[in-house]
Amino acid sequence: MSTLSERILGAPAGEYVDRDVDLAFAHDGTGVLAREALREMGVERLPHPERLHLIFDHIVPANTGTTATLQAELRRYARSSGVALSDAGGGICHQVMSEGLVRPGMIVAGADSHTCTLGAFGAFATGVGATDMAAIWASGGTWFRVPETIALRLSGRLSGAAEPKDAALAYVAKLGMEGATYRALEFVGDGAAGVSMDGRLTLCNMAVETGAKAGMFYADATTVRYLAEHGVSASPQVPENCRYEREVNIDLSDIVPLVAIRHRVDTVREVAEVAGTQIDQVFVGTCTNGRYEDLARFARIVRGRKVAVRTLVVPASRAVLSRAIATGVLADIVDAGCMVAPPGCGPCLGAHMGVLGEGEVCLSTANRNFKNRMGVGGEIYIASVATAAASALAGEIAVPEVA
Amino acid sequence: MQGVGPAVCLGNDVDTDQIIAGRYLRTKDRSVWAEHVLEDLDPTLAGRIRGVVIVAGRNMGCGSSREQAVVALREAGVVGVVAPSFARIFFRNAVNVGLPVIEAPVSSCTDGAHVAFDLDEGWVEVDGERYPARPLSAKMVAILRAGGLVPYWRSRR
Repeated sequence: MSTLSERILGAPAGEYVDRDVDLAFAHDGTGVLAREALREMGVERLPHPERLHLIFDHIVPANTGTTATLQAELRRYARSSGVALSDAGGGICHQVMSEGLVRPGMIVAGADSHTCTLGAFGAFATGVGATDMAAIWASGGTWFRVPETIALRLSGRLSGAAEPKDAALAYVAKLGMEGATYRALEFVGDGAAGVSMDGRLTLCNMAVETGAKAGMFYADATTVRYLAEHGVSASPQVPENCRYEREVNIDLSDIVPLVAIRHRVDTVREVAEVAGTQIDQVFVGTCTNGRYEDLARFARIVRGRKVAVRTLVVPASRAVLSRAIATGVLADIVDAGCMVAPPGCGPCLGAHMGVLGEGEVCLSTANRNFKNRMGVGGEIYIASVATAAASALAGEIAVPEVA
Repeated sequence: MQGVGPAVCLGNDVDTDQIIAGRYLRTKDRSVWAEHVLEDLDPTLAGRIRGVVIVAGRNMGCGSSREQAVVALREAGVVGVVAPSFARIFFRNAVNVGLPVIEAPVSSCTDGAHVAFDLDEGWVEVDGERYPARPLSAKMVAILRAGGLVPYWRSRR
């Protein structure tokens, strides 16, 4: 009886295996180094370019001449090698991959730590470095250590103003920043079925903040329906009665709006405890919370009102942006006084488009609040979309109202 | 594979943003990363880690997958990194660029302490106190011995 990781990797926990990778991607940051490593390896022809993607998301459009030159070189490489290119404006790598490319049971490697996001589809998806990525491109596969698994047993349903992000912060706080190092997380239990696909992506996204190499949901009717909407047919996965290293119970009905305070993702408080904290910027977006459901939730709260603080909204992909335009969600956001930036990572990693100045405070829906991450001397609070909306309207950290 | 050098001690949960900040990533010039390594943790560190063994706390290298973090440490002249636990991508990246990483339950560290390690025999010593090192897989040992994944790959073609 196997965990989902054991089933997909085909070996028991603790074993080292060599496996083909079904999908592999790098972005404009890690792709540059992967390309360099490939050159140094002397690799000219890629055996499986059809499995490979280069996705420009980290600094798009380019912020400086140096960045533009690096991106131009990578763009040329994609064209000459047959690797699929999602150019600037297409969206965040994990989101692009989630729009009909990743399927249940796949082995997915991404040169980005948040690749664990894609375990939401019942795939084994994990982050690797650039040289590992180059070796995957060169050979079609790589080695894995089959991880032990911690089960996060979900029960109940989210209620009030709580959303999947709050549940994510709750489990990160419970496990701690290295509570799941080398492990996989499996989200199981009666409560899993009630979490939407966008919510599952949010929950799996933060697995790496506990040190985990993967965060996974079993594919079910929700997964199958979502993939069908993206033109992909898939079957549900049936969980086996397996042995987990550890089980952690999370009652979703107990979750309240939470916030991670500086400079650790696992230092979590109820929003009510820090309400009234002055902020200079609100940032809604990223691979954690830049999906359609997030933008729609934000728009519902700010519709017809005005934000009281600089607020930046960055859709996770062109498909998200396009849908938000079609449904009027984007107009509500813009009319409320928010800025909208092109799909991508935005200022999450502190490179451009909304970095913080010395002493500035940002309430962000991203996944990391490390010291100086969004700018030297800046301070980051990590919270849900509803908390971001309530705080944007109040100009200070505020508890979201129950919808 | 052996190494020796004076210790530079770091705390728990040193993330890759602290090892090399996002603002320095957009270049292929490795000397830029070496020059700014660990800057946000302590701006004086970059100038004094050549030839040292970093003895870090738990969860060393957590956060992003940026390989520039391990390249920066290697280019700055770090001999090896010892810690009771590592973030897995950082650990794998270190092996891939030929930077020795030693997982060992070192409980105390003083800057300047004499550190020696032997990956073949599986131990690390800090001021004469010996700790067992967690063994690497055969493939990781081979990659490290080759000087990283690129030379390992070239040698096997």
